[in-house]
Amino acid sequence: MASYVVGFVLSLATTLTAYFMVTKHWLSGNGLVLTLLSLAVGQFVVQLLFFLHIGRETRPRWKMLMLVLALVFVLIVVLGSIWIMYNLNYRMSPMEMEKYMQRQDGGI
Amino acid sequence: MSSTTETIMHMNERAGREKTLFGFWLYIMTDCVLFASLFATYAVLHKSTYGGPDAAELFSPSFVLTETLLLLTSSFICGLAMLAVHQRRKTMAMALFFVTFLLGAAFLGMEFSEFSHLVSEGNSWARSGFLSGFFTLVGTHGLHISVGLLWIAAMLVKLAKRGFTEANVRRLTMLSLFWHFLDVVWIFIFTIVYMMGVM
Repeated sequence: MASYVVGFVLSLATTLTAYFMVTKHWLSGNGLVLTLLSLAVGQFVVQLLFFLHIGRETRPRWKMLMLVLALVFVLIVVLGSIWIMYNLNYRMSPMEMEKYMQRQDGGI
Repeated sequence: MSSTTETIMHMNERAGREKTLFGFWLYIMTDCVLFASLFATYAVLHKSTYGGPDAAELFSPSFVLTETLLLLTSSFICGLAMLAVHQRRKTMAMALFFVTFLLGAAFLGMEFSEFSHLVSEGNSWARSGFLSGFFTLVGTHGLHISVGLLWIAAMLVKLAKRGFTEANVRRLTMLSLFWHFLDVVWIFIFTIVYMMGVM
């Protein structure tokens, strides 16, 4: 019971902090992005511990091992895609891009 | 039957349940990878609006906050329902799962109204790359929620009929894992799609 209440209160706190950070403009730019992402990761850890009880698993910790493996996949897929696509956009010169778009649909 | 055989049978049963739960955990982990690919797609496409509206124009923070609070409370109540299951309190467990269901249904209703509002204003998935990514990511989450709601409804019927059998307790444990997982995915949709979209 206590575990769920603690998890719920902490999740509420992180959600509301993120919400007011954005709506009340407490921060902006990269600082805000970084804070929002840390709040999300914080809430993720809170829910793993207090809702999914990942810390209470007895050895051998197969669930934990699979979770870590899944997170490695997640990070590779997400960060890898962003990295590759950012580079693609960056290296595509505007003139080439314009020609490409005209070929596609005659420009906007 | 000697008591040793009974103990061994009991241990086998327990090992079987642990295996099923671990298998379900593996399914959830692969679902994480599915959502990762959709998040990656959204992250890549979120600026490709093709002259159409972007996230800041389309999303209302207070609406999304309400959705988030509904789902978070639903996840919390589901945890309390599992405590009632472990204490074998049937009426309590059924009442709490029913509340979980209602909150989840309210969340899904809000999401559906958001989607139909977007589509009616011409901002459907066909409008831009950004909207395709948005509808696929949030829609897949909504589809999971719909399946979860069906599952909760089915478990309510099973609980009413058979009570806390070994199989029902196992299914309820998997259901609660699934429901908490969907709330975990929503944390990231709330942060990355909505909060970072409207900032």
